[in-house]
Order: sequence, then C-alpha cells, then structure tokens
Amino acid sequence: MFQSVRKNQKSTDVPVVLVAEEITVAFGGFVAVKGMNLKLHEHDLHFLIGPNGAGKTTMLDVICGKTKPLSGTVKMADGTDLTRLKEHQVVRKGIGRKFQAPSIFAGLTVQENLTLAAETRRSPLQALGIQRYSKISPAMERITLQIGLQDRVDARAGALSHGEKQWLEIGMLLLQEPRVLLLDEPAAGMTDEETHKTGRLLQEIARERSVVVVEHDMEFVREYAAKVTVMHEGKLLKEGTMAEVQEDPRVAEVYLGKRRDDHAVAATN
Amino acid sequence: MDMFVLQMFNGLSISSILLLIALGLAVTFGLMNVINMAHGELIMIGAYATYVTQNLFISYAPQAWFDVYFIVALPIAFGVAALIGWLLEVVLIRHLYGRPLDSLLATWGVGMMLQQLARTIFGAPNVGVSSPTWLNGGLTIADGIVFPYKRLFIIALVAVVLLCMYLYIYRTSSGRRMRAVMQNRSMAGCLGISTRRVDGMTFAIGSGIAGIAGCALTLIGPIGPSLGTYYIVDAFMVVVLGGVGKLVGTVCGALGIGMFNTLFETYTSASIGKVLVFVCIVAFLQWKPRGLVAIRTRSLD
Amino acid sequence: MMSALLKTGSLKMKIIWAVVLIMMCLAPLISTEFRLSLLAKFLALAILAIGLDLIWGYGGVLSLGHGVFFGLGGYAMAMYLKLQASGSTLPDFMGWSGLSGLPWFWEPFRSFPVALLLGIALPALLAFALGWFTFRNRITGVYFTILTQALVLITVTLFVGKQEWTGGTNGITGYNAIFGFTLHSAGTTIALYFITLAILVLAYLLCRRVVNSRFGQVLEAARDGENRVRFLGYDPAGFKTLAFALSGALAGIAGMLFVLQVGIISPSMMGIVPSIEMVLWVALGGRGTLIGAVIGAVVLNAAKTGISEAYPEGWLFVIGGLFVTVVLFMPNGLVGVYRHVVRLLKRRGEVVHVPVSQEKPKVY
Repeated sequence: MFQSVRKNQKSTDVPVVLVAEEITVAFGGFVAVKGMNLKLHEHDLHFLIGPNGAGKTTMLDVICGKTKPLSGTVKMADGTDLTRLKEHQVVRKGIGRKFQAPSIFAGLTVQENLTLAAETRRSPLQALGIQRYSKISPAMERITLQIGLQDRVDARAGALSHGEKQWLEIGMLLLQEPRVLLLDEPAAGMTDEETHKTGRLLQEIARERSVVVVEHDMEFVREYAAKVTVMHEGKLLKEGTMAEVQEDPRVAEVYLGKRRDDHAVAATN
Repeated sequence: MDMFVLQMFNGLSISSILLLIALGLAVTFGLMNVINMAHGELIMIGAYATYVTQNLFISYAPQAWFDVYFIVALPIAFGVAALIGWLLEVVLIRHLYGRPLDSLLATWGVGMMLQQLARTIFGAPNVGVSSPTWLNGGLTIADGIVFPYKRLFIIALVAVVLLCMYLYIYRTSSGRRMRAVMQNRSMAGCLGISTRRVDGMTFAIGSGIAGIAGCALTLIGPIGPSLGTYYIVDAFMVVVLGGVGKLVGTVCGALGIGMFNTLFETYTSASIGKVLVFVCIVAFLQWKPRGLVAIRTRSLD
Repeated sequence: MMSALLKTGSLKMKIIWAVVLIMMCLAPLISTEFRLSLLAKFLALAILAIGLDLIWGYGGVLSLGHGVFFGLGGYAMAMYLKLQASGSTLPDFMGWSGLSGLPWFWEPFRSFPVALLLGIALPALLAFALGWFTFRNRITGVYFTILTQALVLITVTLFVGKQEWTGGTNGITGYNAIFGFTLHSAGTTIALYFITLAILVLAYLLCRRVVNSRFGQVLEAARDGENRVRFLGYDPAGFKTLAFALSGALAGIAGMLFVLQVGIISPSMMGIVPSIEMVLWVALGGRGTLIGAVIGAVVLNAAKTGISEAYPEGWLFVIGGLFVTVVLFMPNGLVGVYRHVVRLLKRRGEVVHVPVSQEKPKVY
C-alpha cells in the first residue's frame, strides 16, 4: 500500500542507489548469470525470484563481492564499481549481506555478535585499543528492540531458535548502517508468525534503506513485495509489480512448465 | 651449449624425482584434504625395502642373479609402503577426516616414530645400496655430455608410473570412483560409493608410489632414516605450487621447481638457489594463490 | 551477572598464580645453579610458546617455522657476544673459513642496543613479510603451514652453507661473558633468571591484553569463520599478519634469552624438528589459553632433558607418540583436561540443572 503508492510515481524521481549492468558469471564451464541488469532505487523493497538455478543468489554474491563476475559492473551512486573491491571494502561502502544459512558467531553471545557488527573502527591497530566487552550504544539498544531480541542479549547465539538467529543476523546487518541490504531467503524455516514479523521488519527497514530480497515463498513475496524481478537461467525474465509479473505467461511457463491451460494461470492469482 | 644441455638434463632428472615423490602426496591431499607428514617416511620405507631385498639376494641368491634384485625390489617397495600407508589410513587418518592441521601433526608424530624405528632396526648411519650393474655407465650424447643410465632409468620409471596413474584415474571404474569422491565426497557417498574403501585404496596407492620413489632414490645415493625429511618439504612445495586436483598441476609444479632449482644453482650456490626458488614460489602465489592448476568449483570455500 | 562470575573465578585463579609467581621468585634459594639455568631456559622457551599460541590457538594459523624466528633472535645475541669475546680480532670460525675481514652485516652487532633491537625486529619483520604476502592472498591453512616449513628449510640450508658468515653447522659459540659478567657464574645466572621471569610475565600480560581486546575477538572470529568476518567489514589478513609478527618478535626475544643461558646457537636449534616441537608445547599445554603454552613448554622441555639423559633414542618416540595422543585424545591439552575435571567436580555439587539456553557463555 505504502510502497505501491510510491511506485506509481515515476521511477526516475527516486534516486538510484545501485546499478548492476551486464553481469555475467561463469563457474568453470557453467554460465550462472548472463548479461543481467538490476537497478536499485532508494527505499526499494525489491524481490528477486525465479526457479532454482536461475542465478539469484549468484547475483547477490556479485553485488556483495563474494563472487567476481566475468564481465559487467556494479556501480554505486558515487560511481564506485563494486566489482573491483574486496568483500570487506564493499561492506564499508554500505552493502550488507545476509546469507541463506544463518551465519552468526555461535560461540559468542547475542550482545557480542551485535557489538562486533556495530564496530566502525575496523582496522587491526584500532582494534588493539578497544576492549572486548564494550558499552551498549543507543543504536544497539534500538536495533535489539527492533529485532525483538531484547530479552535474549546474554544468551549464546548458538542457542537461539532458527528464526531468532535470522533476526540476529539482520540486526547485525542493520548495525553496519548499510545503504543496501541483500537478504537471501530471510523467511526460510520460519513459522507463520515469525514470517509475518520478518515481513513487517523488512518494510520498516525499507523506509530508511534499500532492500533486495531473494525469496521462494510466493505468499511472502505477494504480501510484501513492491517491485519484483524474475530471473530464469541467469537472465532477466520480467520486472514489475507482483501483479504484472504474475500475469505474464512466460513467468508461469518457467515456474509451472509448459502452459496447459489459461485457467491454470488465472488460478494462481 | 654443452653446459646448457647437461643442465637441462639435470633439471629434468631432479624434476622427475620430485614428481615421483610428490605424486602420492598430491593424490592423498587432493582426495582427502589430508596432509600426510609421514609421506617422507614411506619413501624411506621403500628405500629400506630395497636395501633389504638387496641383502636377501646377496645372502641367498646366486651371484649371477644379483642384478635382478632391483626388478624384484620395485614391486616389493611398492607393496610394503602401500600396506603401511593403508594401515596408517585405517588406524589413524580416518579419524581425522576434515581436520587438515590435526592430521598434519598426527602424521608427523607417526613419521617421527617410524624414523626412530628405522634408526633402531637399521642403525642411524646411512647405508649404501649397490645399483644393479646394468644401470652403470651412461649414454654419450656428444663429447663430454653423458646422460647417466641411472637418471635416464628414473625418468623412464616416472613416466611409466605417471602413465599408470593416468590410466588408473581416468580409465578404470575405481579411478572414476576416486575422482567422484575427490570432487564431491558427500554426493559420492549418497550414490553408493564406499568412501572408506576409496580412501583406503587411494592412500595405499599414494604410499606405494612413495615406496617406488624410495626404491629409485637408492640409485642416486646412500639412504638413511632421515631420507624422508630431506625430500618431504620439496614434495610439499610441488603440491603447493602445482595446485591440487589435477595430475597436470603436479607435473608442472615438479618441472617448475626442478628446473628453476638447477638454474639458480648453476649461477649461485646451492643454498642461495633454494632461497631464490622459495621467493619465486611465494611471488608466483601472489598471482595464483591456488597454484598452477586449480579446480574452481561453485562452492567457493 | 556474567561479569560477576568472571570476577570470582579469576580472583581465585589470580591468587593461585600469585603464589606460583612467588615460588618462582624463591627458586634461586632452593635450586642449584645448573637447575636454575635449566629453568631459565624453559622460561625463555615459554615466551616463544605464548607467541605461538597467539597465532595458532587464537588465530588458527599453524606455523611450523617458528624455529627461524627463534634462531634469528638467538644469532643476533650470539653475534654480539662473539664480537665482544673476540675483541678486535676476527671471530675464530671466520679465520678458519678463510675470511680476512668482518662482513659488513656483522658490524652493527658490536653494539648491544642494536643487537637487541635487531634480535626482535628481524624476526618480526620476516614474519610480517611472510604474513603480508600470504594472508593477503587468502593462503591459509595447510598451504601456509607448508610455506613456513619451506622457510625453515631454506634458512637452515643458508646458515649451514654460509659457514664463513654464520659458523655453519657448529653455530656460534665460544663466548662466556656479557657486560663483563661471566655467563655461568652464580650471580649472573640468578640475574638472568629473574630477567627471563620478568620478561615472561610481561609477555604473558601483553598477550593477555591483546586477546582481551577487540583485536583478539576478531582474530578468534576469523579463526572460526574467516569469510563471515569479511562481511562484517573486517579484513582478517591484517589481523593475522599483525598477530604473526608479534609471535615472531616474541620468538626472537626467546632466542636471545636462550643463548644467554645455553651459550651456543646453531642451525640445528632452528630446524624443522625443533620448530615442530614448539608446536607440541602449545598443543600439549592447551591451545587458546596462553597459560597452557607456558605449562606445555616447561613440562615438555623438562621431560626432554630428563628422557634424553636416560634414553636418548627414546625422545623421538615420545614426541611422536605425544603428537598422536594429543591430537586424537586431548585436543584441548592439559588445560582442557583440567577444566574438564573441574567441570565434572562442579556438576557433582550442583542440585539444579541449568537449562542450556541460560548457560553462561564461555568466552576465553
């Protein structure tokens, strides 16, 4: 509602945060992504969907610097090409990545995980001068509240439930104050209630930042997506609102196989 | 020109020895991500097996048959080393799967014990092994350039071993199973391949090749308990340089190190030569951290 | 609540260690000069072990080449002492090798401050350089370990080969005075003992501070998940390189103190076998604890002295067997065993079981 009103404005009014152009990625002989383009605007809640092997996660990998593309660029608003930077440099440029499997530090407490993430003084020499157990900043308190883990700050991160681990990771991401969040299946393995909570969280986040989400849960996508990009076999298939995407016969074909019946398409709406 | 040809030959000879030593290591490291620090001792075992065979022939076989001992020693060295390698895998290394640093330390411990055992059985000093007479002398290429038959034999031996390895890995079904486990262990297991048996088999073969290397080394000089330590680091450097996963990488790595070693030694001294080779390797790794030939898979970690 | 628990635990430990320290200070009263010298030797080696624990236990980087850093420090001190002993004449081994003049790189070692500085700086810089060129390229794990072994091999080959510069296999010996004090007299031995003890305590406190800082936390996180740490904006290479350089410096200091006790340094003390023994000290004591490194170093070296006297061939069997045993059965070393026992005893006394999710986190 909020987002779709926004989206009816001309996209050129909203500033562009990131542009991925003609990205091609190959692993050995296998081409995972072919000439893919993605444009991200400010306050986007942009969903990336597609069948397995479409190259969605690879696209996220390229943007955050985990995978180097064969060709193509990922340019930020200030002109920097992210494909030339190392992972930690991309992070410092304001790109935050959340992985599919929760990758938090299981041996540390929730508090310590958040502290590590919030730290802006990241060079080794600076780190020598900082204590391990530092004070809780207001930003940390706010975000702990936002992700709903305020009662669990002293718990070992490894002991959290799956959903809580995902939120912790999102919280760590937020503390990095990124301009762009890249989330890989954030609702995976969550209960219905947790999923709704995650969706609302994403909407809140999108008010201040831009979010790209790779998702498989179509209900989730339908409910929270403003803009959807469909990928297939490494290429861009369709881009638009969820309604537009769902009506496109090519999308149905790719997801459901060869179209048997128009009614089948209508039934998925 | 003469000098150059001779140096080229020496470089090739050294490369062939390095290759033989590194081959077994590359296979076990590539397959199981296990660094076998006892590999050097397996070479030593092969060398001592040859020594014992020689002595048995001297004691029990007629004089005329002496030269045959070497032919007999080759499979014996392979067999003994392969057996001990297989035992090592089953008893120890199997439990350290996925822990490369720990297996490094544990196998080093075993290696030290094996070395000490050799010292106790055979004595600390080096022992000489007389080469068979049909390997004495050399091939005269031109005036002043003689390629010793021993070194030619070793080059030929390495080529044969390499060919056998290639045929085994790429043309037999057990070789195919080995490649499957090397590329995707869990998937291979799901497909019904007994990874345990493949591991044991591979380790045995890799160790057997080390045994052959030990046998070959008896042609070059005296052997002793610390034979392994002398060559093991070089073998590892071949693996580091050549990359893991393809035979081609190991061959190139051995050639590179052998040739450059000889080259640097000619113009400086032996010790400075080694330093230069090390520096070159580190410099090369800046450009290609994973070695000459590395398999790039989808999973980047 | 967690910090309170930490305080009471560490208060008890602090008292225990204070007692141990006092006993160490009183050692000269009860032991002979020879044994005191041995103990000082062990303490010097413990300094190296602490550095090795930092890079291995906390950083996850296995170095089988610490003998080189140790040796560089040792040679620096030996060169100073040799020059002092030789006075204005050429050191004897140089004459035997046919040198007519002192090589230029020996000159700086005439001065004690310079020798001291070089003994610390040279190994630190070498470690830094190796770390820089490898960690930056994500060369870690076994590949890095192999490179450290190669470093040892070429260094030893170099030192043995260039006997006119380094004394070859015999090393550098034939000095027995520093600042005019005879090295093995009672007074000097006691003084050196206390100096070594003091430096050990300082080294321990320094590493403890490093480990308890954000640096230590990131280093440990990088050990457990190197890529994850990258995506938090940290570059693990810098942390590892710095830790490695620090461990190299500590090894150099250990080498210098060692030479003062033993009176000789040779390539056999920095070769492949000694380097791997150093790793065993840390492994046996308990990696990632700092104090384990000290314990392991002292215990193993004491054992070596004892066993080597009685059964010289047996020593290699012992370390070989210990490696296998520790890796298979005692991955956390003696300290780990101790903590396990303590935990078992504590559990006997507890009535209420604490649910896992409220368990106090273990932060080392």
